[in-house]
Amino acid sequence: MSEETGDGSTFGDVLVEMHGLRIEGRSDDIWHEIVHGIDVVLHRGEVLGLIGESGAGKSTIGLAAMGFARDGCRISGGSIMFDGVDLAKASEESLRQLRGSRIAYVAQSAAAAFNPAHKLIDQYCEAPVQHGIMPRAEAESDAIDLYGRLQLPDPESIGFRYPHQVSGGQLQRAMTAMAMACRPDLIVFDEPTTALDVTTQIEVLSAIRGIVRQFNTAAIYITHDLAVVSQMADRIMVLRHGNLIEEGETRGMLEDPQKDYTRDLLAVRTFRKELAEEPDANVPLLRAENIYAAYGKSPVLFDVSMDIHRKRTVAVVGESGSGKSTMARVITGLLVPSQGQVYYDGQPLPRDHRKRSKDEKRRLQMIYQMPDTAINPRQRVNSIIGRPLEFYLGMRGADRDARVRELLEMIELDPAEFFDRFPDELSGGQKQRVCIARALAAEPELIICDEVTSALDQLVAEEILKLLQGLQDELGLAYMFITHDIATVRAVADEIVVMLRGEVVEQGPKEQVLTPPHHEYTELLLSSVPEMDPDWLDNLLDQRSS
Amino acid sequence: MSQIAKLVAQRLALGLLTLFVISLIIFLCVEMLPGNFSEAILGQAATPETVAAFNRELGLDLPPHERYFTWLFNMVQGDFGRSLASKRELSELLGYRLENTLFLASVAAVIAIPLAVTLGVLAALYRESFYDRAINVVTLSSISFPEFFVAYILILVLAQNLGWFPAISNINDELSFWQKIYRTALPAFTLTLVCVAHMMRMTRAAIINLLASPYIEMARLKGLRPTRIILKHALPNALAPIINVVVLNMAYLVVGVVLVEVVFVYPGLGQLFVDSVRSRDIPVVQACSLIFAMTYVLLNLLADVLSIMSNPRLLHPR
Repeated sequence: MSEETGDGSTFGDVLVEMHGLRIEGRSDDIWHEIVHGIDVVLHRGEVLGLIGESGAGKSTIGLAAMGFARDGCRISGGSIMFDGVDLAKASEESLRQLRGSRIAYVAQSAAAAFNPAHKLIDQYCEAPVQHGIMPRAEAESDAIDLYGRLQLPDPESIGFRYPHQVSGGQLQRAMTAMAMACRPDLIVFDEPTTALDVTTQIEVLSAIRGIVRQFNTAAIYITHDLAVVSQMADRIMVLRHGNLIEEGETRGMLEDPQKDYTRDLLAVRTFRKELAEEPDANVPLLRAENIYAAYGKSPVLFDVSMDIHRKRTVAVVGESGSGKSTMARVITGLLVPSQGQVYYDGQPLPRDHRKRSKDEKRRLQMIYQMPDTAINPRQRVNSIIGRPLEFYLGMRGADRDARVRELLEMIELDPAEFFDRFPDELSGGQKQRVCIARALAAEPELIICDEVTSALDQLVAEEILKLLQGLQDELGLAYMFITHDIATVRAVADEIVVMLRGEVVEQGPKEQVLTPPHHEYTELLLSSVPEMDPDWLDNLLDQRSS
Repeated sequence: MSQIAKLVAQRLALGLLTLFVISLIIFLCVEMLPGNFSEAILGQAATPETVAAFNRELGLDLPPHERYFTWLFNMVQGDFGRSLASKRELSELLGYRLENTLFLASVAAVIAIPLAVTLGVLAALYRESFYDRAINVVTLSSISFPEFFVAYILILVLAQNLGWFPAISNINDELSFWQKIYRTALPAFTLTLVCVAHMMRMTRAAIINLLASPYIEMARLKGLRPTRIILKHALPNALAPIINVVVLNMAYLVVGVVLVEVVFVYPGLGQLFVDSVRSRDIPVVQACSLIFAMTYVLLNLLADVLSIMSNPRLLHPR
């Protein structure tokens, strides 16, 4: 029996059927429902996309398809039929026999999900050998075959390396190979490309899609990125707070979303700043001249120069390892450059932050990627924001408190509610706002924003970008905006600096850098950003292979 | 590997510096002990004149810094000096005693380390179960009693009541290896009981600490058996902290045996140490202390090197 789906392709029988799935999570010893009665149907050979922001329950549902609940979670209701067996009621031993052999899992961060103590091929062979599917030697030659199909370099030998000896994109493909080892009926992909650079993401996406089609494996593809899922999935379920918002065949949903929330997700990244006036030709606020820097003996920056003018945003874009954060460390004086000089307002800044005056430090503030680690979890919001007020501006008592309230209002958090809170009581976006307020408290002229939206959900990220823009208009701040995300660059930049392996490959005003002709690498970066078009990946791969 | 060699060299240099500082501290401490050898040996016959004469004969009348540097200088050249009491060469006297102490420590280590690691792995595997709680209660109770108390209980039960082992562990060179082991059994059991808890709890904690990591979740989602997950996926990554605790306990086995040796009249370094303090036999006390210090320094170095070698990132660089 087979079923006709919307776009005319055919899938096999029903493989997974979840009915009224309920999952509870425990916090403070109380069980709360986090997935509220979801129905999921998946056919053989079909790829189902689960999409939503953090807390939507998408990973939890994906793991439930393996009859698995993370520690502190439990499947509290409903049925999970996998090929005639109810995983919600099955014994731990029968689940163990299914996992790895008939249902496999690909985790978000391959670097963390591979055991650092064993070679890749040892970890590959584990499932087939332990489940008694094939002997070690056969599994090994099979692994080499799969490594080749997934376009890993040196398929013969790459398996004999340890995880830390292989790059992130390669690891993610090696993990896909590992999931394929027993030729499962179903693979759960849990955000497999979220941690990768855009150019690497493409390789992994095409490799995953290719192998899944080749073996006609059914898959659940979990992601927060609608553009990515539209390349991979035949059908999409949009989730929010553990509820189903909308479900539909991919093409149909992108063309005609039924629910407001889906439309919001589609419309994300449309924010654009209004172009600022040209900088006055005077001295730039910050000028970095011919910077060379190294960590120990390994050089990281080669002859990097950039200017940042008042009231302007300079976006520094590049992939991981391109040296963009190192540049920020040089500017803030945390890393002493081996050559080159940073000027502030025309005056040379001491290269070592310890030699900078309090005032020089005050004018240059930073906001970090991870608000969770950038603020002290044991301090209340008012002491986090109040500290720079005391340190740089010598404010005390009622003055300080009044200013903290003012700052909270500037970042659109209600002072009455948030003044005494601990960071644990804030959401990710609210924590990042507190970090912004802390930077603002010093009354800086230049703020370095290091991937400030990367750890946030897209809708929240957009709010943060709008807030930063509003503050720039109001206070005349200059931003150095470090990001790997082209969409963010499009949204906020006045000028763009493109970096590759420690060198600047292209820099200039936004319109100039983003309009063709591009530098080769800029072109690669720009074209690698997934678009909300189900044919985008096919077209791009065709284009690149021709 | 050259990285490891460099580290070992650095640590050895630091260790030498540590030993130098320790030798100074030991010397000063010994200086502060009330009474001196001459008074102790002469006993009732100690008149100011005889004591002074005796001191002059042994070189004890020289100022402290002179004695310290002579001692240090001889020590560096491998001359530990002579015992004041027996007049024997220290290197000979200490060598025999040290050998005995190391023998006892090794017997205890061979029992205690595998036992502790196995119990720890089992406790991690069956965490929160009755077995886990029981083993915790038992090992914690045994560590909570002082060594000599454990020793007397063992003597009472295993030697006195059951008569399985001798209560006195006086070994000598004429005994065969197995006879020695048999006689060493009770002190070795005592030491085992005292140090197993520490190592076992660290093994358990280090493994459980890793159970929340993504690669353990991955192993579970690959459908592996719990035993395999613990042994193959958690244990190799938990080795560094386990090694550290194990080696520190080995140092304890060598150094901390004083009381146990005294209880069982075992002819080891600890016993010699206690006797020499009693008779103010200063060169012996100093040499023993220095050997104990050296044991700590060397074993700590060993712990560092082993835990680095257990890290695949350092063992197999990119």
